[in-house]
Amino acid sequence: MDDTGKNEVFTYYLELAVRSLRRSPGLTALMMLAIGFGVAASMTTYSVFRGVSADPIPWKSSHLFVPQIDAWGPEHRENGEPPTTLTYVDAMALMRQHRAFRQSAIVALFHSIMPPRTNQDNSLIEARGYAVYSDFFPMLDVPFHYGSGWSKDDDASQIPVVVISDHFNEQMFGGGNSVGKTIAIDNNEYRVVGVIKYWNPQPEFFALLMYQRAQPDFFLPVTFVVANSVITHADCKDGPYSGTDFAALLRSDCVWLSYMVEIDNPTAVGAYRQYLDAYASEQQQLGRFQWRANNRLRDVPAFLDYQHVVPSNTRLSLLVAQGLLVVCLVNTVALLLAKFLGRSGEIAVRRALGASRAAIYAQFLTEAAVIGAGGGLLGLLFTAIGVLEVGVVMPAHLAALARIDPTLLMLTLLLAVTATLLAAVYPTYRASRVPPALQLKTP
Amino acid sequence: MNVYPVLVALRRHKAPVILTVLQIALTLAIVANAFSVIGHTIERMSRPTGLEEQGLIWIMQKLPAQSGGDDAAAIERLDALQRTDLETLRKLPDVQDVAASTSIPQLGGFDAGDISLDADRKGKLVRAAYYYGDEHLRATFGLHLIAGRDFVATEIQHGHAGPGSPVVIVSKPVADQLFPGGNALGQKVYQDGKPATIVGIVERLQIPMSEGRNSSWVLNSVIEPLRADVLWAGYVARVRPSRTAEAIQAIHKALFAVNPMRHMPDGAGIHSLSEVRARYFGHERGIALLMSVICVILLSVTAAGIVGLTSLWVGQRTRQIGVRRAIGARKIDILRYFQIENLLIAGGGAVVGSLFAVGLSEWLMSHYEMMRLPPFYVALGVVAMLVLGQAAVLVPARRASNVPPFVAARSG
Repeated sequence: MDDTGKNEVFTYYLELAVRSLRRSPGLTALMMLAIGFGVAASMTTYSVFRGVSADPIPWKSSHLFVPQIDAWGPEHRENGEPPTTLTYVDAMALMRQHRAFRQSAIVALFHSIMPPRTNQDNSLIEARGYAVYSDFFPMLDVPFHYGSGWSKDDDASQIPVVVISDHFNEQMFGGGNSVGKTIAIDNNEYRVVGVIKYWNPQPEFFALLMYQRAQPDFFLPVTFVVANSVITHADCKDGPYSGTDFAALLRSDCVWLSYMVEIDNPTAVGAYRQYLDAYASEQQQLGRFQWRANNRLRDVPAFLDYQHVVPSNTRLSLLVAQGLLVVCLVNTVALLLAKFLGRSGEIAVRRALGASRAAIYAQFLTEAAVIGAGGGLLGLLFTAIGVLEVGVVMPAHLAALARIDPTLLMLTLLLAVTATLLAAVYPTYRASRVPPALQLKTP
Repeated sequence: MNVYPVLVALRRHKAPVILTVLQIALTLAIVANAFSVIGHTIERMSRPTGLEEQGLIWIMQKLPAQSGGDDAAAIERLDALQRTDLETLRKLPDVQDVAASTSIPQLGGFDAGDISLDADRKGKLVRAAYYYGDEHLRATFGLHLIAGRDFVATEIQHGHAGPGSPVVIVSKPVADQLFPGGNALGQKVYQDGKPATIVGIVERLQIPMSEGRNSSWVLNSVIEPLRADVLWAGYVARVRPSRTAEAIQAIHKALFAVNPMRHMPDGAGIHSLSEVRARYFGHERGIALLMSVICVILLSVTAAGIVGLTSLWVGQRTRQIGVRRAIGARKIDILRYFQIENLLIAGGGAVVGSLFAVGLSEWLMSHYEMMRLPPFYVALGVVAMLVLGQAAVLVPARRASNVPPFVAARSG
């Protein structure tokens, strides 16, 4: 057969399919709706899951590692795991020994900040940020609008400098190049050295491990912050840090510093692991640890996975929605089967008139594809509604991560048609087995 | 009516019947587990915490102070800031009572420990969570004191938060577990080896930790007479319920008038308990809602599937039905036939589905932090499937019963 012939045959099957579907409009609508709902539920929950579980720094995540050093000992382990943050003593030792390509201790900070131009009513700005080392900015490819991060020398000499977000720059100075201006935070004046372009990776994988509504406002040097005791949060063995004896906190085994290293080749990863173990063993020999080295070095995806950052509920909803899709498909198989077998007479006549099994296959799969396409279009509509309304059942900052994009729409259509065709395989097979002669005898 | 002919007829439609049984079984498995999640959420959301939540306001803030310095002096500084705040709030016309408190139920706790009857913790240990607060805490929370007395002002200590106060108020489950005889009041117990006398017993006080792994001791709380001097300080205030919104504004204004350098970031701040509760349960509520929506779709699809399949069969069997009518079957016999047929299919689905439901629950328990599926929800699923099947089959079965006998005479 040439191309036009093929086209004619396809048009003919399409016509047959539409005619057959029109004969039982209720059943057709039912099958399309079932496919539509099943596909839409799956795609809506998938869009949330995709948004929430996306790699926050895909081009680099396999080179970024989180070292964990067990400073608490066996009694305080959960499933044998050491704490996820470091003590000041250990973080400083790692910073000093500087064995990775890049490294930074990272501490979350919260402050009320007085803007320079005093406005009358609510004068304070609630701001949050991080204390980091100079390596932080190149390590995480933080994009700068104006200026840059600070230097290693600034770290060493505890210079009060600050890097701010574009949003915070807008709040404080009304935007523009603010490099060189100063900001007062808790009685200290910080000089602005850089303004960041919009940078808001989700989740905030480098420290808080949470999904945040807005980007961090500011970054300060750890060295200056510690020298001026601007730390308010720490986890200690016997509860949270009370915020009073700071000198004791620095000596204590309270953990409060997140830590990230960049290691650019796989052999160096093994070497860094050995280095961590050697460090812990040395601490054991010094008598600081009364237990054997129990360290971890996970890359960012593995660390996020271990911390269950993706809420297990989003995974569960995805699963339930997929269950719905399976039930919808079983439903479609049953209905198609009953429908096709009910047309044994018609099939027998067509077979007797010379239609091959392949022709029967083609005819019924075409019919199924039409149902799949109809279901897919309904699915698109329901998915769009679902993604737009997902904020009703999800916290706003998670719902915001769910997006409609061409990939999602294509996947929806593809899923609907593929699923329906799969559902049609067995019913079509059964239809194709209808013998011609036998059926001709009965009406 | 005899079931046998129905079974024989079903055997001629093996594949669609098996598929429908499978569909009903899957529906049951999913619905039973989803109902269990929904039911558990509703149960947790509606469980009373022991607090009189109407008109209660929770204040969480970072005090306007620098971290660090000499420990003893820093503690006194933090305590002075708290006392000033509390006095300020007490003077507000909308505020009926106010207390220092490190925690409120479910919000994430401070710490927990084991209460023992002997100093060296050899005997009975009862797990409990600690609330640290002043003499106003019990009344401000609105806890029901069933025995003993409140703390008096002279008993309130201040400093680092930790168990070990000489007097404590305990919740009833703690009292009952330590002293099954019911004579807990006035008894001596030990917290980390330090003795304490039980001076009061409150009927109910849920722990400040989220339930999760703590569900076995979720009502075991101990109140310590201690104003915790921490940088992140918490207060509770009781106001007239109708004035809650105004009171929140007044409190905000008053606190910032005392010192504007305090800090209330997202997640902290001044909120009514109902707001705190809505935020705390927001995500779970959403998941329960999502599960409900999916369950409704699932049940609708399965019901519609049964309607569709039975309709097809009725259409295909019109002649046979006519013959049966012609040889004397009544309308009700035809109706019954389809009802029994559906009962067999749905029954089969229910049996297989119960097994699926339990299997699915086991699998979920091993992969997610889920509890075992209570048998009640399996039973609920079985009943739902049988009722759904009978309701769905009614319309096409009616149509079948209305097939007139003379159809048989026509040549089709």
